[in-house]
Amino acid sequence: MTTAITKVTSHISPNEQLIFERSQTGRIGYRLPALDVEEADLRIPAQFRRDDDLEGMPEVSEVDVIRHFVRMSTWNYSIDIGMYPLGSCTMKYNSRLNERVARIPGFANLHPLTEEHDAQGALEVIYELQQHLAEITGLPGVSLQPAAGAHGEMTGIMIIRAFLDSRDGAAASHRRTMLIPDSAHGTNPASAHLSGFSVKTIRSTAEGLTDLDHLRELCSHGDVAGLMLTNPNTLGLFETNIKQICEIVHEAGGLVYMDGANMNALVGVARPGDMGVDVIHLNLHKTFSTPHGGGGPGCGPCCCTKELEPFLPVPRLVKSGDATFRLDYDQPRSIGRVKAFFGNYGMMLRALSYTLTHGNDGLREATEAAVLNARYVAAGLVDDYDKPFAGSPMHEVVFTDKRQARKGVHTLDIAKRLIDYGFHPPTIYFPLIVQGAMLIEPTESVGRQELDQFIAAMKSIASEAVENPELVLNAPHDTRIGRLDEAAAARKPVLRWKPKD
Amino acid sequence: MLQAIGLESAEELFDSIPQDLLLKRPLNTPAALSEIELLNRFEQMGTRNTGARRTSFMGGGAYSHYIPTIVDHILSRSEFFTAYTPYQPEISQGTLQTIFEFQTLVCQLTGMEVANASMYDGSTALAEAVLMAERVTKRSKVVASSAVHPQYLEVVRTYVQHAGIHLELTPFHEQTGQSRKALAEAVDDQTAALVVQSPNFFGCIEDLAALADAAHAKGALLIVAITEAMSLGLLKSPGACGADIVVAEGQSFGVPLSFGGPYLGLFATREKYARQIPGRLVGEAFDKKGRRGFVLTLATREQHIRREKATSNICTNEGLIALAATVYLETMGRRGIQEVAHQCAQKALYARTTIARIKGFSIPLTGPTFNEFVVRGPIKAVELLSRLGKENQIDGGLALSRFMPDRTNDFLVCVTEVNSREQIDALIRALMNI
Repeated sequence: MTTAITKVTSHISPNEQLIFERSQTGRIGYRLPALDVEEADLRIPAQFRRDDDLEGMPEVSEVDVIRHFVRMSTWNYSIDIGMYPLGSCTMKYNSRLNERVARIPGFANLHPLTEEHDAQGALEVIYELQQHLAEITGLPGVSLQPAAGAHGEMTGIMIIRAFLDSRDGAAASHRRTMLIPDSAHGTNPASAHLSGFSVKTIRSTAEGLTDLDHLRELCSHGDVAGLMLTNPNTLGLFETNIKQICEIVHEAGGLVYMDGANMNALVGVARPGDMGVDVIHLNLHKTFSTPHGGGGPGCGPCCCTKELEPFLPVPRLVKSGDATFRLDYDQPRSIGRVKAFFGNYGMMLRALSYTLTHGNDGLREATEAAVLNARYVAAGLVDDYDKPFAGSPMHEVVFTDKRQARKGVHTLDIAKRLIDYGFHPPTIYFPLIVQGAMLIEPTESVGRQELDQFIAAMKSIASEAVENPELVLNAPHDTRIGRLDEAAAARKPVLRWKPKD
Repeated sequence: MLQAIGLESAEELFDSIPQDLLLKRPLNTPAALSEIELLNRFEQMGTRNTGARRTSFMGGGAYSHYIPTIVDHILSRSEFFTAYTPYQPEISQGTLQTIFEFQTLVCQLTGMEVANASMYDGSTALAEAVLMAERVTKRSKVVASSAVHPQYLEVVRTYVQHAGIHLELTPFHEQTGQSRKALAEAVDDQTAALVVQSPNFFGCIEDLAALADAAHAKGALLIVAITEAMSLGLLKSPGACGADIVVAEGQSFGVPLSFGGPYLGLFATREKYARQIPGRLVGEAFDKKGRRGFVLTLATREQHIRREKATSNICTNEGLIALAATVYLETMGRRGIQEVAHQCAQKALYARTTIARIKGFSIPLTGPTFNEFVVRGPIKAVELLSRLGKENQIDGGLALSRFMPDRTNDFLVCVTEVNSREQIDALIRALMNI
């Protein structure tokens, strides 16, 4: 099969002002029923009432709003346009069926403070999804309350802290070190800090795996509370020594937290609970296909061992003998509540719809396809780009700009040039330990033809970098706007619109 | 494809996983459902949520407001909902310009100078505000009114438990339901911030200007939390009252109840604290040809650069919900927001004054209210509300005993523009029959 590289061509891309610049006094885009009670004095003292008449807020018609957003929407890349190979972000297709499920009135119109007996269907959804996630991770204690990955991390680390405090009493105050590999996501150390831990960094080996000797050394001082590990790690490599790693940390009196950002490589194939992991967070907006929404909402469930279950956030959901569900707030060892109500419930509906439509075999197939696609890209690009680690990648693969850099073409330039070819760039300059990293995660949502086009585009850029580096350095050429001066934007930040004097 | 990469079977893809860690059985989850079967299952579960079908006067941090039809249409454009965080500005201007407009709208409503791109919800935004106040003032005592939403206080407690912050609660006034006196008296020169909610959990409007003066006199910040953001259409903005950090739950702006989420945390502050803000910020930028665009900016505050020294661990926020609020606020606009707020207040006042005249019922708190108020009934509120539900198909509000066991007969009633006079009168008739 031959595949032509398709470059982006210009299309309708209308200009559009800020809504505030479109606003015209007296325009409206809504109608409310007439007030049906007698208007009375509100008994709100004047000093408590607004006196600015909301000056500056937009005054526009409905069609103004529609055109405004539809025009702006054409400036976005999205999964529905094409492959979105952001490493560690798992940008997979978002099924429309899941969207429909989330909008069923029995769920969408349900108030979160509804009494339990009037919300049994909603509680059943939570219960069932918890069971699926427990089975997938091999970790039986589940809370769906955290709103995103970093929130789930914070929850997991606070659970570790509460467990240690409960186990060791006052002696736990000497156990305040969290070990984090140098390849970890930035949220890991930030979450550890929020939970009152200081961070020590573990080196990676030349093969891209956790350095066991360094781990042993760091574990030898009696101050280790735990380890935060992503597996497969952010280089796309499975930590082959994971059992040993967990044993070392456990022997040193610590617990193992796994960052589940890369669970798309493992669902239905291997389970963190079987590896010795104590607590993990999942990203429903990655692995379980809830839409990323241009930056959220997410949902970051926390799954843990039986031993850690009493420390999960309240309320806990309990299924009674007669198959009714109730909320249990009486959990004295819980870390407390991490969010009002029950978390990002709409994401739970979508994720349950995902697991139910895939079925157990479909979940495993998706994992196989995701890994196969990453392997295929790895094999396709290895002749043109530097692949710093020899190990077989799982669901994502890291390359660098080492060869292109000799001609002055760097990762950022390659990423921007890829836009001209109609692709969203991979994750760039992450993980931090790989100079000029390009972390590519195709996910299962692309077929061979599109993978071939992506590989062809990357190869073409590699030759452009040799033959015509300027072309790459000045990319993108076919977008409505060029590279923006981010340094100037940060020096004198303009963070809101203001009326011109 | 396997052959193309030199493999013979799918199993070989997982060669780097030790044999004893491989799951050698199918997952114990159900087999795949078709679209028809799936929709039937969820529809059935949905019908078991009897609470979703009733006339409702439930508020307490989540509110039923009218959502213009176009909001969901815009959200459903896949260019928005299937996009990632806008890390590549050249192909993310739709998302970025929307966030810039969102930040502006939040500033206009709250009367503040800078707003971020959103937090998870109102409760976590409040927790982050408390942490920020500690960073700004380098003081560790925080005093909060006990008239702040109880779940918000629980979340704050969780967030600060390892941050070396001492959280002190002050009582609200039993007659007025307001917090000013005790809160203003508790501030000292060790205090990082006063935390107040307005309208507070009982619906009462707080004297923010007096609290700002009290806080500032001791070098502390005033943090204002708002759970009913629609009140901003009528009430003086916290910024105009002197607040230093304003956080709010933005669910009222075009976001369905959806059993508590996803909702939207609003976070705004003064320009001088911009570099202490948690979360993402979008700013104006220009390309080489001088064309205006927008980028994520001041990223050196954030976790992917500063790691453990970041202002917060937040990464993914509530992007699409911020879009919903932006579409809502732009559609309703300057006039619509004020009209909705006015209708909420008028209808709530009608309900409040009429209920006060029913024999056996009273309004125990005298402070001014917006669209929520506490009613004291003749019997236990839990029992009363349960009867309203069963006999009248009305969700009459929130029994306060669920949060404060000693307030047995009190319940919180919320009235919005979606409640017709007919519904309010039905509630009143039902209460008269208790």
